[in-house]
Amino acid sequence: MASVQEKFTEMTWPSSPEKATLEAKNKFLGFWFFLGGETVLFGSLFATYLALKDKVPDSSHPLAKDLYSMDLTFAATMLLLTSSLTSVYAMYHMKNFNFQRMQAWLLITVLLGAAFLGLEIYEFNHYVHEGHKFTSSAFGSAFYSLVGFHGGHVAFGLLWILSLMVRNAKRGLDLYNAPKFYVASLYWHFIDVVWVFIFTVVYLMGMVG
Amino acid sequence: MSTYAHKKGFGATIWDYLTTVDHKKIGILYLMAGGFFFLVGGLEALFIRVQLAVPNNDFVSAGLYNEILTMHGTTMIFLAAMPLIFAFMNAAVPLQIGARDVAFPFLNSLGFWLFFFGGVFLNCSWFLGGAPDAGWTSYASLTMEAHTHGVDFYILGLQISGIGTLIGGINFLVTIVNMRAPGMTYMRMPLFTWSSFVTSALILFAFPALTVGLFLLMFDRLFGANFFDVAAGGNTIIWEHLFWIFGHPEVYILILPAFGIFSEIFATFSRKRLFGYSSMVFATVLIGFLGFMVWAHHMFTVGMGPIANAIFAVATMAIAVPTGIKIFNWLFTMWGGNIKFTTPMLYAVAFIPSFVAGGVTGIMNAVAAADYQYHDSYFVVAHFHYVIVGGVVLALLAGTHYYWPKMFGTLLNETLGKITFWLFLIGFHLTFFIQHFLGLMGMPRRVFTYLPNQGWETGNLISSIGAFFMGIAVIILLINVVMTQVKNVRVGNDPWGDGRSLEWAIPSPPPFYNFKQLPLVRGLDPFWIEKMEGKTEMTPAEPLGDIHMPNPSFLPVTISFGLFVAAFGALYHVDGKDWALPVLFVGMGITLISMLLRSVKDDHGFHIHKEDFENEDKGGRA
Amino acid sequence: MRKRLHKWRLISIFAILALALSGCGEPFLSTLTPAGEVAKKQYDLMILSTVIMVLVIIVVTVIFIYVIARFRRTKKNENSIPRQVEGNHKLEIIWTVIPILLLLVLAVPTVSYTFQLADVSPMKQKDKDGKTKDALVVNVRANLYWWEFEYPDLGIITSQDLFVPTDKKVYFNVKSSDVKHSFWIPAVGGKTDTNPEGENQFWLEFDSKGSEKVQNQFYGKCAELCGPSHAYMDFKVQTLSQDDFNQWTQDMKNLKKPAAVGDLAKEGEEIYNKSCIGCHANTANDARPEKARTAPNLANFGDRTRIAGILEHNEENLRKWLQDPEKVKPGNLMTGKYQKLDDHELDALTAYLMGLKLEQ
Repeated sequence: MASVQEKFTEMTWPSSPEKATLEAKNKFLGFWFFLGGETVLFGSLFATYLALKDKVPDSSHPLAKDLYSMDLTFAATMLLLTSSLTSVYAMYHMKNFNFQRMQAWLLITVLLGAAFLGLEIYEFNHYVHEGHKFTSSAFGSAFYSLVGFHGGHVAFGLLWILSLMVRNAKRGLDLYNAPKFYVASLYWHFIDVVWVFIFTVVYLMGMVG
Repeated sequence: MSTYAHKKGFGATIWDYLTTVDHKKIGILYLMAGGFFFLVGGLEALFIRVQLAVPNNDFVSAGLYNEILTMHGTTMIFLAAMPLIFAFMNAAVPLQIGARDVAFPFLNSLGFWLFFFGGVFLNCSWFLGGAPDAGWTSYASLTMEAHTHGVDFYILGLQISGIGTLIGGINFLVTIVNMRAPGMTYMRMPLFTWSSFVTSALILFAFPALTVGLFLLMFDRLFGANFFDVAAGGNTIIWEHLFWIFGHPEVYILILPAFGIFSEIFATFSRKRLFGYSSMVFATVLIGFLGFMVWAHHMFTVGMGPIANAIFAVATMAIAVPTGIKIFNWLFTMWGGNIKFTTPMLYAVAFIPSFVAGGVTGIMNAVAAADYQYHDSYFVVAHFHYVIVGGVVLALLAGTHYYWPKMFGTLLNETLGKITFWLFLIGFHLTFFIQHFLGLMGMPRRVFTYLPNQGWETGNLISSIGAFFMGIAVIILLINVVMTQVKNVRVGNDPWGDGRSLEWAIPSPPPFYNFKQLPLVRGLDPFWIEKMEGKTEMTPAEPLGDIHMPNPSFLPVTISFGLFVAAFGALYHVDGKDWALPVLFVGMGITLISMLLRSVKDDHGFHIHKEDFENEDKGGRA
Repeated sequence: MRKRLHKWRLISIFAILALALSGCGEPFLSTLTPAGEVAKKQYDLMILSTVIMVLVIIVVTVIFIYVIARFRRTKKNENSIPRQVEGNHKLEIIWTVIPILLLLVLAVPTVSYTFQLADVSPMKQKDKDGKTKDALVVNVRANLYWWEFEYPDLGIITSQDLFVPTDKKVYFNVKSSDVKHSFWIPAVGGKTDTNPEGENQFWLEFDSKGSEKVQNQFYGKCAELCGPSHAYMDFKVQTLSQDDFNQWTQDMKNLKKPAAVGDLAKEGEEIYNKSCIGCHANTANDARPEKARTAPNLANFGDRTRIAGILEHNEENLRKWLQDPEKVKPGNLMTGKYQKLDDHELDALTAYLMGLKLEQ
């Protein structure tokens, strides 16, 4: 098994650097398990949202069909889906020991993610002005908890990828940080998948009524 | 080589334990902390029984009683039983699979400290305006009514310790998948390792539901959300579902390792291979799986309708089948064996009738239409104490005696151990058997007192007397522990003489790297196989070489402490206290900076070199 | 071994002694003395499941005792190594299949009874005026430490004491107006939760024979932890024959403004009108909406069997309750809602309240 501190060249770089050491293998597997737990977490939030959808104290409060707009959420969805794709490119370059390109694609991923967050903040702000607040109804609490938890995950993912990029900017790739980049990108994909469900369950089903 | 291992002195030892990432020491930490909370929870139990000994008693007030009963349940489940199980998982699992440590030593330590600070936070409530008082289930409508901070302590304390448990679960899953010694296939793993594996999986999939439930409660109570506010469209039944989606698997999280410990003990002291090993593994996995399908049997009276009730009733009954398989396998492990009645074995033997009694009342509870009578009565109290005390606690006591030599290198006194056992067993049945009948006679649970002339006086008095037997038993156990450690008579690798799995092939306690050379596993019960061929050690699977070990770290303590501090800020923020928000930020700051330090500072661990072993062989442990 | 047996014997003696002393519990409160169709069905299920479970226990116990007696390590066989048996497929199949069969035997009545006990279809059949056609319906509303019973088709409201006819299915709508409680009359049938959201429906039948044995009074309990006085959230069920019940409903309906008799009681009436009437009503046809009915209806207070659900019904206890409710029922919502009463005022109010009776 390769050592974590060894210096590599493009030729000696292993084909699966994310699983090349025992520590890396553990990290890889542990992270998959963690995502399993996250799935239950979001599952519970989805269930709560579905149970409380459109549950408001009186008719003065807006319902799902009054709120959601296709343009905005579609744009957000496209941004996040694209960022998932760009993180795949980054991992492709990581596996090929091309550090500069990996960093570049990660940067694009981060920018797309930040744009998504920006849209989400704009969206929330818009809803609050329409009277759909976290504290105004059970529906509001459930909506902001589910979508907000996801947004929080996006924000955390951005910080995580950014700090990995900064921390490793000077020293390049090795078997110590390759698995870190890899699980960060796994996390990013997971966030993306959760968003697909939010887009379907919250927005599409919400617009239908 | 690490320098800390050579230091002596009290301060150095404390520092060593604060920074350790060694699974064996973390096991000891879990044992001590869990043991402490077990005593606290036990004391609360005695208060409950004193209060209920006679009708119209005023030993404690109604409000205080509710706090005591809530803290008794919460403490025993989250702060005593769970950590004690983690104690034995830490002490035994890596050794049983032939690993030098767990997959994530740092996270292992973090898991412990999160649990610890969460537990301390929860218990701080006693001194800061009153403990939570809505029962360990903290049903949402009642928690929304609560006017003290007790429930907030419950929410935040469990949230913190719950994260620790989740981390622990992931750690053991990865450890068992990735770190098994050469030849240790899944179907050669000892049953305790198997049950730890399934339990860890249950933790992974059950705890997030609790996390979400606690978040919702927290948002409602501290940040003005409306999940459980019926007037604003909320629904309190959501909490019940989330709680029990976690809560039912939680029962199996506790009982499966107990099954595992007993499986080891039965085989060891019957001097016989575990009967039906593969069906035992199968049953363990099946119980774990079914454990997720039955949560709503705690909610038969909620009004889910006959269809849901019938489905969950039948699903619940199904769990009896794999559990029955296990009972018979244990009996037939002893059948034809050569049984030695050591203290652990006495617990194991007593476990069978006790647990069967708890199991059959479980089936009775599963009969939905009849459960309308049992539900929330003392019958249920009797049932779950038969399962948890008769199953889990007996296993923890058995495990304490069984693994003590491996954890501390000394053997607990057998005579005192047997006295503890008999007192505890008698006390247990005396306390809880009669409660079945109290429930059937119409006594609801969680009552702080009862009026005379309802036919409950005798039963309650007997029950209270029994509780004191258990109390005395625990005191004798403590005396035993102190005496044993003071005498400090060291024992060898295999103090029970009939050890079968890998942990008994290495010194007690093992060196911090566990195995100088990873052992070659040639079948189930690998050490037994070697012994039968006349060997006293395992055959190594690798040449002597450098061993890579993780560095100790203080960061787990600071990360957990930061959350502990932040929780106070979050809790008092609602009261509009000026200092609350700064405290919240300082706490989160401590945690985040510690996490950042951990991220940016590379930790490559260190190596023990071959040559050190050669020196070590000449004298002294490392 | 002898020592062990001795101790086991001790436990069983204790247990049997305890059972002999207490029998099956008090007939007005115990699930073991069923006095109605629902409780009887549930009792049958208890017996069936107990019989099956005892069967299992006997099998396990026999093997258990044989094993621990027969295969002990002795001086003689100290060093013998038993045969390392892997398992036995035949045995394993047996102890998988037999429990499945036993559970099937239990599962069938479980499912069937669960559906029977949930059958509330008669209460859904309404006539033109929105009244239930052929069923007696009672709306049960649980509140922090007291119960309200509303007969929607009869226009009657009572509190604390539930009046029902015997030998007839009574249908219940149950809900809570604050935290979750649970409505339980152990001798007559299992409990149903009263949730803050939505109503639960179920039925009970009170049989006349069982009622006779308990002088027509059953105990009811709250079975869900609801705060400090959860233990005191009792109610009583008064069972009447159908004719008596009809008479009672007639009397309740006719009960108009209660007239205070005597000076003291008249004084009490004034206090009542000043301090109590904001929450309590003194007629059975309280027309206020549910939310306004924040305290027990007192229409037939003088006929009640308990003060505050728990104390014996006499003037001394009523005074005690009025003087300091918190002392009697911690956490109740009456404490502090009215000004402090002096001795004379207590006497007056007591006299007035005790006079609130049906038969005047």
